[in-house]
Amino acid sequence: MTRPLTRPPRKNPILRTRVPNLPPGSRSRVTLGLTAAAARGRLELQTCRDCGTVQYPPREACRVCLSQRLEWKVQNGTGELLSETTLHHSNELFYRERLPWRLGMVRLDCGPVVVAHLHGDCVRPPSRVCIHANIDRAGQAALVAMPEKDTPNMADDRQLREMTCDPKFRKVLITDAKSPVGQSLVEAIVKAGADLVWAGYAEPWKKPPGFERLSSLPQVSLVPLDLTDSRAVKNLAGEIGGRVDILINTADHHRNYGINAREGIEVARAEMDINYFGLLRLAQEFAPAMRARGADGQSSAVAWVNLLSIFALSNFPPHGTYSASKAAALSLAQCLRAEFAPAGVRVINVFPGPIDDEWNQALPPPQIAPSRVAAEILEALRGGAEDVFPGDVAEDWMARWRDNPKVLERELAAMR
Amino acid sequence: MSNAVLSQLVTDLAAGRIHVVDLTQTLSPDFPQIVLPPEMGQAWPFRIEETSRYDARGPGWYWNNFSCSEHTGTHFDAPIHWISGRHLPDNSTDTIPARSFIAPACVIDCSREAATDADFLLTVAFLRQWERRHGRIPAGSWILMRTDWSKRTDPVAYQNLDETGQHTPGPGTEAVKFLVDERQVLGFGSEAIGTDAGQAFHLKPPYPCHYYMHGSGRFGLQCLTNLDLLPPTGAVVIAAPLKIKDGSGSPLRVLALVPSPDTIAQANERGKKKSTRKRNVVRKKR
Repeated sequence: MTRPLTRPPRKNPILRTRVPNLPPGSRSRVTLGLTAAAARGRLELQTCRDCGTVQYPPREACRVCLSQRLEWKVQNGTGELLSETTLHHSNELFYRERLPWRLGMVRLDCGPVVVAHLHGDCVRPPSRVCIHANIDRAGQAALVAMPEKDTPNMADDRQLREMTCDPKFRKVLITDAKSPVGQSLVEAIVKAGADLVWAGYAEPWKKPPGFERLSSLPQVSLVPLDLTDSRAVKNLAGEIGGRVDILINTADHHRNYGINAREGIEVARAEMDINYFGLLRLAQEFAPAMRARGADGQSSAVAWVNLLSIFALSNFPPHGTYSASKAAALSLAQCLRAEFAPAGVRVINVFPGPIDDEWNQALPPPQIAPSRVAAEILEALRGGAEDVFPGDVAEDWMARWRDNPKVLERELAAMR
Repeated sequence: MSNAVLSQLVTDLAAGRIHVVDLTQTLSPDFPQIVLPPEMGQAWPFRIEETSRYDARGPGWYWNNFSCSEHTGTHFDAPIHWISGRHLPDNSTDTIPARSFIAPACVIDCSREAATDADFLLTVAFLRQWERRHGRIPAGSWILMRTDWSKRTDPVAYQNLDETGQHTPGPGTEAVKFLVDERQVLGFGSEAIGTDAGQAFHLKPPYPCHYYMHGSGRFGLQCLTNLDLLPPTGAVVIAAPLKIKDGSGSPLRVLALVPSPDTIAQANERGKKKSTRKRNVVRKKR
């Protein structure tokens, strides 16, 4: 059984903060298919369309019939632990700093044998385990063998915590805690055991229903933050930037207009100012300190979450200018992810379908509840994903976008 | 003669016999902007982005780009701002004759009333009472409503919003009509975020100060401060908006030239003597 994590002792200020080292990160093009699936929280393996063989590691051709007609298919990951090894030595700097490290060899029920990181609660072989694909600190897929059934405190496993961004005992900044998603998220993150939640708010003279109650939570500290105000962002980063372990950017400006539904560019500009420039301002001020703290002990800087929209993938004309601002934010988030990569900080992009709020009032259901968006963000932090599509609409659009972006564009153009 | 007046002015300024009082709030990102329903067009708050600061972006100099609405911070309202003034001649910031930008001011002290009633509305009776003490409001002067609202440095208290909207003092409909029609004032100035009261949307017509002042070519000044440093009469206000083409208003520096307290005291002495004399004359007549 995993020993529950205890609150880490305060940092000794005379010791040097460790520089982040990463697990081996280079992958061949074909192996990146594994990472692409892990990014969505899935284990996918190559399956031969001709002979049906499931293979690992990924290759250019089927290892049995040499067919090149290979397809990535979702696997449930169940299998049998054949053997285990505990490393006491490694030439890889990342593992050397984290020894001992437990590995296991697992025969998947779908065929192949894989070497995987072994959760502490996996019992001695032979035993049943379940393989998950997590995005590791190098941003690549890592196979983790977990016990088949949940065990107490399993998220606190030392090795697993190196591959997740669990908010437990971490300090979290939520940039807009006033919005419905922001409010739900503050509560969810507090419940998940965060040490401290900075709840950002702009325009203090506007008090939305429900916001007052957040300040009664002992872990919550309200901080003024307006992403349109460069100096305010800089000032807050100066105050708390060196302590933020997880930053969740919930700030969002959403109006529902296309190009000709509204005169002028004021609305579009306000959307860009928060959704795009707001992210840029935040990233310029907060990312440097987070990059420096990628290996700062048990509660290091681990994750940056962007609340985007499924409209970022393909323009939804009734909300046309908003879609464009979210597409810009998505592009910038990709840049941020690349710049965070050397520090091992994971950038998680969240693409919800229409959220059940006042700006989506006129859209037909289903709309996703703010609390569900918050729950899925928390799940991504605790798991291994970096792209999250909460809600049925988001899942559906995503599937159609993957299938054929041009067809989706035409379908969305027909929606009024 | 005019030369002598101007020379006297600069001499008095240099000697401290005339004080310059700054009636302007600092343009800062923290200063609140007017609140409208979110689906409406919004006034930009003041925002500032650094261009360079003796660094790689400009090694020897510091400067910024800023953005804001025509109606951000301490600002001027031109007649074209309101629908009632849209067809008037010379109604925008670039066409208003420059001589309008320097004018005497009457300061109506409503600070006691505003302290107990955030929705206080200035009435004709209140103005007439003021006139009994300080004389008739001269045509072409600014009416500055002192409420001490600018002393609310916390933006939440300054905005004073609740579920029914904003609660800030301002002029009532009849008072505005009186000032426009019977006193021919130049304009109306306030310390709150608008020249109209916070609840003025519910007056008839909505926003009467905007409606009648701008409808008859008068101006507005809002977000003023330091009105408590002005005498009830005798101050001269310099309020020149930026020369924005077709501008509906503009942030600006509002200055008041005020006789120094010593000078005021001397003037009061003279005034008392004069009014005593007047009273005596009246008594004699009776």
